[in-house]
Amino acid sequence: MTTFNTSNQNTDPYASVRETTEGRVYSVTGGDWDDLVTEIGATQEERVVVNMGPQHPSTHGVLRLILELEGETVTEVRCGIGYLHTGIEKNIEYRSWTQGVTFVTRMDYLAPFFNEAAYCLAVEKLLGITDQIPERASIIRVMLMEFNRISSHLVALGTGALELGALSPMIFAFRERELILNVYEMITGLRMNSAYIRPGGVAMDLPEDAIPKLREIVKELRTNLKDTEKLLVGNTIWMKRTVGVAYLDLPGCISLGVTGPVLRSTGLPWDLRKTQPYCGYENYDFDVVTADSCDVYGRFLIRIYEMEQSLRIIEQALDKLKPGPVMVADKKIAWPAQLALSGDGLGNSLDHIREIMGSSMESLIHHFKLVTEGFRVPAGQAYATVESPRGELGAQVISDGGTKPYRVHFRDPSFNNLQSTSAMCEGSLIADVVAAVASIDPVMGGVDR
Amino acid sequence: MSDIVKSTPKVADHGAFGVSGTGDTSGYGGLVRKSSQIGSSERPFGSYFDEVVDDLERAYPSFSDAIEKVIVDRGELTLHVKSSRLSEVALILRDELKFEMCMGVSGAHYPAETGRELHALYPLLSLTRNQRIRLEVSVPDSNPHIPSLVEIWASNNWQERETFDMFGIIFDGHPALTRIMMPDDWPGHPQRKDYPLGGIPVEYKGATVPPPNERRSYR
Repeated sequence: MTTFNTSNQNTDPYASVRETTEGRVYSVTGGDWDDLVTEIGATQEERVVVNMGPQHPSTHGVLRLILELEGETVTEVRCGIGYLHTGIEKNIEYRSWTQGVTFVTRMDYLAPFFNEAAYCLAVEKLLGITDQIPERASIIRVMLMEFNRISSHLVALGTGALELGALSPMIFAFRERELILNVYEMITGLRMNSAYIRPGGVAMDLPEDAIPKLREIVKELRTNLKDTEKLLVGNTIWMKRTVGVAYLDLPGCISLGVTGPVLRSTGLPWDLRKTQPYCGYENYDFDVVTADSCDVYGRFLIRIYEMEQSLRIIEQALDKLKPGPVMVADKKIAWPAQLALSGDGLGNSLDHIREIMGSSMESLIHHFKLVTEGFRVPAGQAYATVESPRGELGAQVISDGGTKPYRVHFRDPSFNNLQSTSAMCEGSLIADVVAAVASIDPVMGGVDR
Repeated sequence: MSDIVKSTPKVADHGAFGVSGTGDTSGYGGLVRKSSQIGSSERPFGSYFDEVVDDLERAYPSFSDAIEKVIVDRGELTLHVKSSRLSEVALILRDELKFEMCMGVSGAHYPAETGRELHALYPLLSLTRNQRIRLEVSVPDSNPHIPSLVEIWASNNWQERETFDMFGIIFDGHPALTRIMMPDDWPGHPQRKDYPLGGIPVEYKGATVPPPNERRSYR
């Protein structure tokens, strides 16, 4: 067997050859491929194993693909994951329920609001306060999640196109994503990992001038998103790379637990926003986008048209927004003060500080306990799901009745969907592997957690 | 029985300041809040749960032998299944009751539940019925074997590897039960409660902050 290995430390770090018990190993990190091809052509071996990644520009992150090739045909694919494992699920067990939000938001870093929402929905289920979440908080959650869906799909489309050699779509996609990151910054103060959705509602209300600004951004996005669409939809070169590639039909998706755009590309309109609504999605008017081609092109079209539906939802959310609280009324759960964003970028409430320091000892104790210890969550377990841009994102949360989560597990759609790489790629050409992985759109932060 | 834990002693939890008990300084530390013990639920379960349990009883004659407990809590149905019967129950749930999808498996470690320390949780989804249920299996730490469901739901392949990696539950019949997140030669199973979080002390402006699992904390 002949093996490529991208990490080797021989005399020449860029092109070394060594004999192992597994066969001859070539290390390639760049340089002249012609020499290598000539040399491999001279060997008697027919089977070649290529390590693609984990540091590779077209594996969508630190994903390692172990490919067995015969010529240019892939006979076997295995994924090596775990390169971005950071022990988030373990760390949460040592922090309070509220602090948990700041951890889960870092899992799938392209869809932070979905992680926060899934976690908070599960904690709220455990607390039994699902019905008490103020309407305004739910609407803000929906709005942010839909903005997030667009920004995540834009990265999927932009980098997916880039990996297949189309550079311009990425420039447009990232231009639009920038607008959405500005939205996050305006509302939450941060462009990613904002920990804005909290158990019981959201951290703070929208800034005063937010609604007209948001309407303007929606209008701008509606015009601009057409650019990405026009570049790729119906484009002959793009279609040659994507139509009929990485085929996975409905039985395949179901047995492999695949959800999201990949499942909808088989024609099944399974979208948790419609089938099992949460956060009041039943009150919005939108369509579930499907395709019937089961291929990369179908998944690409779904992402393009889902962005339009998200804009529709955001507009309805803006119409629905009425003044009101954004956190549950229960003072044992809600943060003691409605903090306002002050000049230093931190939340502050001078009124509240004046009250607790000057007049109310009880408030002071209450504040202290809530901030240092956190609230208690009754013992039990809950599983809450949201439709993330990549499919079903589930949060399995267990409480032992204490102030910290006993166990939090995220069923991340990237993790599950990535398993289908082998089913999509085996027997295809090596170039189609890149298209297949791009169409799954795995985010390694979510895969490895 | 798996009563979802009465304040489990956490082996890894040691206060840096020698705090024992709750560490509560408010004067209310004597108040003990007992967590409610979740026992088997009684009929009617409400929602679609009666229907699911009825269907399963009809399709699976040895229901009463295989299902240890039926729990309805917070709008979710959990069936506690004997680990020896898991494959049978899973197959019937998939083929007869149309729970086509298994959304994976996750583990939980309850060191205080002697003989049932390790739990595996399987959230199931039926596209046909648009319903969800959960299977729960518990095994002793000394013999952590659960039959693999990869043959029934192929999606459980990586999920079982992850649960093995994190909890040391051995899924018998899995095609290649190897570590998936941690390096192949990693010792121990990180998500277990007796596995310390670790970390290094951080020095900041002359003071030293201990690693998270050694900090003073409220329990």
